[in-house]
Amino acid sequence: MLETDGVRKAFPGVTALDGVSFSLGTGEVHALVGENGAGKSTLIKVLTGVYRADAGQVRYRGEPVSFASPLDAQRAGIATIYQEVNLVPQMSVARNLFLGREPRGRFGLIDFAAMRERAGEVLRGYGIGSDVRRPLGSLGLGAQQMVALARAIEAHAQVVVMDEPTSSLQPREVDRLFRAIGDLRGQGRSVVYVSHRLEELYRICDRVTVLRDGRLVHTGPLAGLDRLRLISLMLGRDLDAVRSEGLTRFAERARSHAAPLLRATNLSRRHVLDEVSLAVRPGEIVGLGGLLGSGRSETAKAIAGALPLDSGGVSVAGEAVPPGSVGSAIRAGINLLPEDRKAEGIVATLSVRENIALAALPRLSRAGIVSEGDVDRVVDRFMRRLRIKAAGPGQPVGELSGGNQQKVLLARWLAMNPRVLLLDEPTRGIDVGAKAEVQVLIDELAEEGLAVLLISSDLEELVEGSQRVVVLRDGAVVGELSGADVTEEKIMAAIAGTTDD
Amino acid sequence: MTETIDRALDRVRVVSWLQRYGVYAAVVVLFAFNAVFTPHFLAADNFRTQLVQVAPIVIVALGMALVIGTEGIDLSVGSVMALAASMVALYLGYGALPAIAMALLAGALVGAAGGVLVAVVGVQPIVATLALLVGVRGLANVFLPQLREFTNPTLVAIGSDSVAGVPIVVLVAVVLVAAVAFLVRRTTFGRQLVAVGGNRTASRLSGLPVRRILLTVYVLAGVLAAVAGVLATSRLQASDPTSLGLFMELSAITAVVVGGTPLTGGRVRVLGTVMGALLMQLLQATLIKHNLPQSWTQMAQAVIILAAVYAARERR
Repeated sequence: MLETDGVRKAFPGVTALDGVSFSLGTGEVHALVGENGAGKSTLIKVLTGVYRADAGQVRYRGEPVSFASPLDAQRAGIATIYQEVNLVPQMSVARNLFLGREPRGRFGLIDFAAMRERAGEVLRGYGIGSDVRRPLGSLGLGAQQMVALARAIEAHAQVVVMDEPTSSLQPREVDRLFRAIGDLRGQGRSVVYVSHRLEELYRICDRVTVLRDGRLVHTGPLAGLDRLRLISLMLGRDLDAVRSEGLTRFAERARSHAAPLLRATNLSRRHVLDEVSLAVRPGEIVGLGGLLGSGRSETAKAIAGALPLDSGGVSVAGEAVPPGSVGSAIRAGINLLPEDRKAEGIVATLSVRENIALAALPRLSRAGIVSEGDVDRVVDRFMRRLRIKAAGPGQPVGELSGGNQQKVLLARWLAMNPRVLLLDEPTRGIDVGAKAEVQVLIDELAEEGLAVLLISSDLEELVEGSQRVVVLRDGAVVGELSGADVTEEKIMAAIAGTTDD
Repeated sequence: MTETIDRALDRVRVVSWLQRYGVYAAVVVLFAFNAVFTPHFLAADNFRTQLVQVAPIVIVALGMALVIGTEGIDLSVGSVMALAASMVALYLGYGALPAIAMALLAGALVGAAGGVLVAVVGVQPIVATLALLVGVRGLANVFLPQLREFTNPTLVAIGSDSVAGVPIVVLVAVVLVAAVAFLVRRTTFGRQLVAVGGNRTASRLSGLPVRRILLTVYVLAGVLAAVAGVLATSRLQASDPTSLGLFMELSAITAVVVGGTPLTGGRVRVLGTVMGALLMQLLQATLIKHNLPQSWTQMAQAVIILAAVYAARERR
């Protein structure tokens, strides 16, 4: 259906793809995996007309093609659903669904009534019952992703490329997505599926292609390929090492009994948070569980001073933090790693160096003048410590892979000597290798006496990472688990509201 | 196959070189052309005239570059020049220095008004400063309804004297360019300004004083426009709030864009902006010296603006 032959793509300083020959069969669900920077995103962008290959050929239905733009590829029947939804958040759900192929009425004008009706029908099929006239941006990320998927499928795409489609979906939504993928397969349409979640790959994919450092290292049927073998192919490490080190990298740690370093009391905001209280001791990682929209991110933002509160307060080491100001929270040592890396974290136009130094600039300056030597030292230290892979400190951060961008953001906060770290989905959308590195790092930081609040949709990560888990539902705390009670089952029970206390 | 790769890489390299140095190359080429084909071009007098003419544009464009770096725009600069002119005329009775001080203060106030609208109220920069463009021009005319000539020796000297052969107007521009370049490259404020332009939410979550930065940027743009207004007024030896600074915002934006600062913010190119202003000035002078009509200049400028925007497109 769609194949590449010896495709090469280079950017200044890096070869992102080096002679990759990839082939997608008709009615096949093909997993594309690899570490950050392995070249998955670049390959997808070459397939879908975002980039043009420097050398090599792309063939679609046996014909050599050269798409001038994503639109070109879309018209030919290749649709893409990116990691970060890229539709138009200000426009209504219905308009997004039909963007570019709106139903026309008389005089060629858009028939809004028909569009809304049709949109409502289509989306109910995907379990989205909300008003289609609402702006897309007002929906949760998961729902937005489903709209993007519905859009691709409705546009009669022959090839659907999905880049981390489940990273913001609930289990229920994942099931629905997989049903949709199954339907696509049944109709002889093909799917390229990129994900770091191995269980998903085994559930849904027929074949797998592994990329590493821009080269193809393996391609073949997924059934019969051992999970550890797959990981070792991705990491380029041998099997025994992977086996002995396990899949997540959190170490066991004794419970801390020190007085809480971070204390949040009765955080409330109408319709968002309802009397949320929690405490984190130094050296402790406290998980914040709950479904999307349960108030996890909002709790973190409120603690970081980025969400105005109606009532409630935050204190660090017993001292109250002035509310409603990110600046005072940071001065108190509270640092937030936001959920949406691209929109709220990195400054894509600036270099790795400037991004790391961003928050710490006032400390790295004398009389308002930046001390370049100090900046270089800090940047160098954290680029080494976090093993940030970049052509150099001067490389624009937008060119790095997701995992390395996340490390840059961590470095930004570590440069501040934080006391409290609020990590909102720190390993979302980053590959196995970088994920493990980030997990080790979180552990080390807690070891050094930081208080860490960890938000994760990945239950395994939450369970293995945290000593205690606070569970939220509808903006309120519905349970707190500690010690042996921290298990996936108990967390899910708390979320579902079936605990007996 | 290697050949195609080399060619592709070459193309990337050429485009990125053009982005970075295109405006410098264009200035050099135009300069060389004039040196060969334009009589009396290399005369000191000619240089002096050209530089004196371009100085106010450069100064205004510096402020514009800062504002554009924050993903904003300031359309009020031309009207601020006019307001500065009327302030000079109104307060010249107290002496040249108080008059200049009042002019700069007026510029700062207009900048602060724009800054508050943008940073605190949340009005879009183009709308906020468009309102100021109209309103401040009116205000300038209320203070001084018609052109008023003056003979204050200090002010006249600022407009027409030279130090070591370099006109004072040009010296002021040079000093301000150096100061703004230093501000952008070396100070905390400059770095933060660029970060705010690159990603405002991320900057806010990183604890940057986003409102204060935006406010300060608009105040700086206002003060720089007022400086340009004072210099232009002292060169004219008359305050002319009706026509001084008309269309200046467009010249300044042109200089900034041609100089390679993207309108999407997150980057400020100070020397590029200076070169952008010089390029436009040189182009105009060249066509005039070769007896081509003004309309040709305008069309040539349009071509250059398009070329600059083309070169500044996102790299693929």
